[in-house]
Amino acid sequence: MVELIYLVPLLPLIGFLIIGFFGKKLNNEKLVGAIASIAVGGAFLVALGAFLQLTGESSEARTEHIVRLFTWIQAGSFHIDIAYQVDQLSILYTLIITGIGTLIHIYSIGYMHGDKSFPRFFAYLNLFVFMMLNLVLANNFVLTFLGWEGVGLCSYLLIGFWYDRKFEGSHIVWTGDAAKKAFIVNRIGDFGVLIAMCLIYMRFGSLEYTTVNMAAASGGIDAGLITAITLLLFLGCTGKSAQIPLGIWLPDAMAGPTPVSALIHAATMVTAGIFLIARNSTLFALSDTTMAIITGVGITTALIAATIGIVQNDIKKVLAYSTVSQLGFMFMALGVGAYTAAVFHVMTHAFFKALLFLGSGSVIHGMHEEQDIQKMGGLKKYMPQTYITFLLGTIAISGIFPFSGFFSKDEILWNAYANGSPILWGAGVLAAFCTAFYMFRLLYLTFYGEERFDHHHVHPHESPVTMTLPLWILAILSVFGGLLGIPKALSGGADINILEHWLEPIFANANSILASHHTNAHHHSLALEWGLMAASLAIAIIGILYAASLYKKSSSKPAEMAAKNKGLYNILWNKYFVDEIYHNVFVAPMYKISLDFLWKIVDVQIIDGIVNGSARAIAVSAENLRKIQSGIAQNYALMMLFGIVAIIAWMVFA
Amino acid sequence: MPHTESAGMLLLTLLLPLFGFIAVLFIDKAQEKAIRFTTMMISLLTFGFSLPLWFSFNSSIDGFQFYTNIPWISSTDSGFRIGIDGMSLLLVLLTTFIMPIALLSSFEPIKKRVKEYYAMMLLLELGMLGVFISLDTMVFYVFWELILIPMYFLIGIWGGKDRIYAAVKFFLYTLVGSLLMLLAIVWLGLYAKGLPGGHFTTDFLVLREIAPSIPMDIQIWLFLAFALSFCIKVPLMPFHTWLPDAHVQAPTAGSVILAGVLLKMGTYGLIRFNVELFPMAMHQFAVPIAWLSVAGIIYGALVAMVQTDIKKLVAYSSVSHLGFVVLGIASMTPEGLQGAIIQMVNHGLSTGMLFLCVGALYERRHTREISEFGGITKVMPKFAVFFVIAILASVGLPGLNGFIGEFLTLFGAFQSPFLNNPWFSILSSTGVIFSAVYLLWMFQRVMFGTNDNPSNHSLKDLHRSEYWQLVPMVIFIVWIGIYPSTFMSKSELYVQTLIGKVEKKIFGTTKYPLIKAATSVEPGTSNEVHGGH
Repeated sequence: MVELIYLVPLLPLIGFLIIGFFGKKLNNEKLVGAIASIAVGGAFLVALGAFLQLTGESSEARTEHIVRLFTWIQAGSFHIDIAYQVDQLSILYTLIITGIGTLIHIYSIGYMHGDKSFPRFFAYLNLFVFMMLNLVLANNFVLTFLGWEGVGLCSYLLIGFWYDRKFEGSHIVWTGDAAKKAFIVNRIGDFGVLIAMCLIYMRFGSLEYTTVNMAAASGGIDAGLITAITLLLFLGCTGKSAQIPLGIWLPDAMAGPTPVSALIHAATMVTAGIFLIARNSTLFALSDTTMAIITGVGITTALIAATIGIVQNDIKKVLAYSTVSQLGFMFMALGVGAYTAAVFHVMTHAFFKALLFLGSGSVIHGMHEEQDIQKMGGLKKYMPQTYITFLLGTIAISGIFPFSGFFSKDEILWNAYANGSPILWGAGVLAAFCTAFYMFRLLYLTFYGEERFDHHHVHPHESPVTMTLPLWILAILSVFGGLLGIPKALSGGADINILEHWLEPIFANANSILASHHTNAHHHSLALEWGLMAASLAIAIIGILYAASLYKKSSSKPAEMAAKNKGLYNILWNKYFVDEIYHNVFVAPMYKISLDFLWKIVDVQIIDGIVNGSARAIAVSAENLRKIQSGIAQNYALMMLFGIVAIIAWMVFA
Repeated sequence: MPHTESAGMLLLTLLLPLFGFIAVLFIDKAQEKAIRFTTMMISLLTFGFSLPLWFSFNSSIDGFQFYTNIPWISSTDSGFRIGIDGMSLLLVLLTTFIMPIALLSSFEPIKKRVKEYYAMMLLLELGMLGVFISLDTMVFYVFWELILIPMYFLIGIWGGKDRIYAAVKFFLYTLVGSLLMLLAIVWLGLYAKGLPGGHFTTDFLVLREIAPSIPMDIQIWLFLAFALSFCIKVPLMPFHTWLPDAHVQAPTAGSVILAGVLLKMGTYGLIRFNVELFPMAMHQFAVPIAWLSVAGIIYGALVAMVQTDIKKLVAYSSVSHLGFVVLGIASMTPEGLQGAIIQMVNHGLSTGMLFLCVGALYERRHTREISEFGGITKVMPKFAVFFVIAILASVGLPGLNGFIGEFLTLFGAFQSPFLNNPWFSILSSTGVIFSAVYLLWMFQRVMFGTNDNPSNHSLKDLHRSEYWQLVPMVIFIVWIGIYPSTFMSKSELYVQTLIGKVEKKIFGTTKYPLIKAATSVEPGTSNEVHGGH
C-alpha cells in the first residue's frame, strides 16, 4: 500500500477536476457531494492501508519509505522531485486530514444544501485536501511549499466563497477583504520559508528532509546559520498557524462557510506550522535561541488569544480565538522540545475543534445564519444532538479528565514545567483557565438561559443526519482520543503511551540533541507530576464553575463587570488594537509613500520630467536653429564673416 | 558553421509572416473578412512550421541548430545568418504561439483600418522572429529597428486617447538606446577588421570569438552601449516610464504582444550579447544591474499597488516581474539563468493572459477604472476563473508557471558567486508579497463584492473566441508549473555551457561541462572554421 501512496493526493485531485469541470453540468447536489466525499474517503482508505503496513514493520523500516514520481525542477545543479515520504509523522497527519476531511465533506452536503455554488464549494474542498496532503507527504521543502501555498490559495478561495457578502472587521467590509488579508499575511510568512530554503540549499546542498536532517544531526553547522534558517521557517509557521506577529488573519477567516472553518482553520491547515517544525525537529533542536523564541511566541499567543476569546460574541470568533490560543499551546510544546506532546495536541485538537466548529455550524444552520450568541440562548431543547456533542467537545477542550484534551494539554503543561520553568507552567495554566471559562460561557449563552432570539422570525431546528452523524463520530473521538497518549504517571508506570512509541524514531535525533544541551536536567518525582496535574484540573474546573455562575442563567452581572473594567474590556474587545497598529504603522504609510512619492514624484515628475524635458529641449533648440535657416543671403554672409573671424582668432591666439 | 540540413524550416518560419504581409497588402481593404482570415491562417501556419523546430531540435548539441547563411552586404560581411539554440527556440515558439491568440483578440475590437492593422501585426511577427534567430549583428539590428515601425503605428493609430504621446515616447526611448547599439556594432566590425588578416564583419559567431581580446576599458563601453538598449526594452528601472503609457494606450493585442514577446527582446539581448560577448564586463556590472533589478521589483510593485487603472497596474507589474528575469541573468549561475529564460516564457504567458482578461473587461465596459467595477463574478463567473488563474500565475503560486521562474532566479541570485550577497534575493522576495497585495486587491475590488454599478448588471460572460484565447494559455501555465522539464531541458545545455565558459574565464575553473573551450581565434581563420557559407 505504501507504494500506492500517490493515490492519496491523487484521488482528491481527480475529485477536484471532475467537479471543477462538470460539477455545474451534473446539476445534482447529491452526486457532487458523493464524488467529493468518496474521493477523500478513498484517500483515507489508502492511507489506512499504508498505515497498517507500517505497523507491521520494524520502527527503522517505517522511516525509509520514499516514493518518487518524477523530476519537478531541474536547473544546473539544482534538482527537486515530486516525491512522497511515508513515515510515522506523515501518515499520522494524512490519517487526520483524510479522516476528518471525509467527515466534514459529508457534513457539508447537508450544510451547503441549496447553495447556488454547491459544486464550486466541493471542488475547492477537494483541492484543499490535495494540497494539504502534498504539504505533509512531501519528501522535500519545495513540494511542501507547493502544498503550503496551495492550502493558502484554497483558504483564500473558501474564505471569499460568498464573495458578495459583507463581513465586519477592522478595515474589512467584504468577505473578499478577509480572504485577501489571509492570503497576504500568509505570504509574509512564506517569504521567510523561501529565504530559508535558499539558505538550507546553500549549506546542505539538498532540500530533501532526510538529507538535511541527517546532515544536521551529524553536527558541525554554524549556530548563527541554523538560528537564521529555523527562525525564517518559524516566520512561515507564524503565518500559517496564526501566531504572533502574523496571527491577525485567522479570526477574519471566519467569513468562510463553517465547514471550512472546521477543516481548514481548525483541524488541518493551521497545524501545518507545527508539522513543519516537527518534520525538521533536528534542525530546530540545534538552535536554543529559536526554541526559546518559539516557546515565548507560543505562550504569549496562547494567553493573548484566550483573553480576547472571553469577550467575543460571535460564536465562530470565540472558536477562532480559541484555535489561535490552542495553537500557541502547541508551539509552546515544540519550544520546550515536547514534539510528541505537540503532535498529540494537534490530533486531539483536530477532533474536538472540528466538532465544536461543526456544532457551531449546526447552530448557525438551525438559527437561520445567526452567529451572535447574544441572540441565542436556550437552544438545548431545540437541538439536543448538537447540544450534547457540543458539550462533549467543550469538556474535551477544557481539559477535563478523562476526555482527550486532558491528556494532550496535561502532557504539554508537564513538559512546560519539567523542561521549561514553573512560570511557563503557570502561564499555561492561566491560558487553560481562560479556555475553560470562555468555552463554557459560549456553551451557556448558546444552549442555556432564556431564549433571546425573535420567535417570529427564527425557528431553531435540529440539523439533518448528514450533519449530526459527523458530530457524533467526532464526539466519540474527542472523548476517547486521549487514550492514545496515556502518560506513565497515570498508568502506574506501565509503558502504554502508544503515540509516543509511534513517533519516537522521528524525534530521536532531536531528543538526543536536546538532552545533550540540558545536561543538568533534574528528575521530578511522581508526586509532583500528580500534584501539578490535579492543580491544572482544579483550575479548569474553577473556570467552568465561574462561567456557570455568570452565564448559566441570564443575569446582568457580565454587563456590570464589563462596565466596571471599561478600559480592559475595550482592549480585549478591540483585540489589543493589533489590526489598527499594523494598518497605521505599515499599510497606510506604505500606500501613501507609493502613491505620493514613488509614483507621483519619482515616476511622473523626475523620470518623465527628464524624458519629456530632453524631448522638449530638442524641440526648442530645433525650433531656434530653424530660424537661422532664414533664406536671407545677407544673414548667411554675416554668419560666414563671424565664422571666419572666429577661425582667424583661434589660429592667432591658440 | 556549416548549413544544417533542415535549416529551411527555420527560414520558412521566419519568412511566412513576410509572405503574409505582402499577401495582405494585395487584398482589397474592403475585404475585411479575407484579411482577417489570411492573417490568421498565416500566423497559424507559422506556428505550425515552428513546431517541427521544436521536435527536431537536439537538446544534447551545444551551439546553434538550423543554421544557414544567405550573404547580404558583402562589404560589411553581413548576411542572413540565422540559427537557434535552446534559448531562442523557446522564444521563437513563444512568439508563434502568442501571435494567433493576439490576432484572435483583435477580431472584435479592431474596426478601423483593418487592412493596415493586420499587415502591421504580421510585420511585427517578422521582426520579433528575426530578432530571436539572427546570428548577425547587422541583421539583428535591422529586425530590432523594424519592430519600431509596426509597434509605433499599432499604438499611434489603434490606441487610446493619448496614443500619440505614448507612441512617440515609445519610439524615442527605444531609438535612443538602439543608436548606441548601432555604434557598438560598427565598432565591433571595425575591430575585427583591425586584427591581423581580419576584415569587417557582423558575423555574431566570429565576433563572439574575438570579443574577449578587446581591451577591457573599451569592452566596458561596448557592454554599456548594448546594455542600455536592452535595459530600456526590458524595461529596467529607471528606464521604464514608456511602458505604462504604451500599455495603457495600446490595443489589447498590442499589449499582449508587448508584454508577451517584445519585452523579452531586451532580456534576450542581455544574455545573447552582453553575457556572451562581454562576460568580463558582465562580471563587473553584475552588481549594479542586480541592484537595478531589485529596485525595479520593489518599485514596480509599489507603484502598481496605487494604480486605479487595471491596465496600468498590470503594466507596472511587468516592471516588477521583469526585474526577476534580469536578476537571474545578473546572477550568472545556471539556476538563475535557467530561471530567467523560463521566466521570460512565463511572463509572456501569464501577463499576456492578464492583458487578455483586462481586454475582455474593456471590450464590455470601455473603461479600465477599478472603481467602475465590483462583483463582476456574479455576471461573469467563467471569466472569473480565468482571471484568477492569470493572477495566481503572476503571483508565483507553486504549481503554476510563475513559481518555477521566480524561485530559480531568486535561488540563483542567492547562490551567485558573482553577486556574493544574499540581500539581492531577500529584498527581491518581498516582491512575492507585494505582487499578492496589488493583484489580489485589484481582483477583489473588480470581481468580489456586490454588483452595484448598473452598467455592469448585464455583462456577458466569455464568448467562444475568448475561450480560444484563454484556454491555450492556461494549458501551458499549468504544464510549466508541474512539469517544466519539457521546456527547461531545451535550454539546459546552452545555459550550462555558457556559465561554464564564463566561470572558466573568471575563476579559472568550473564544475559545468565545457563542450569546447572558448579561445580567442583570429577572425580570418575562424571564418574558415565556421565556413561552409
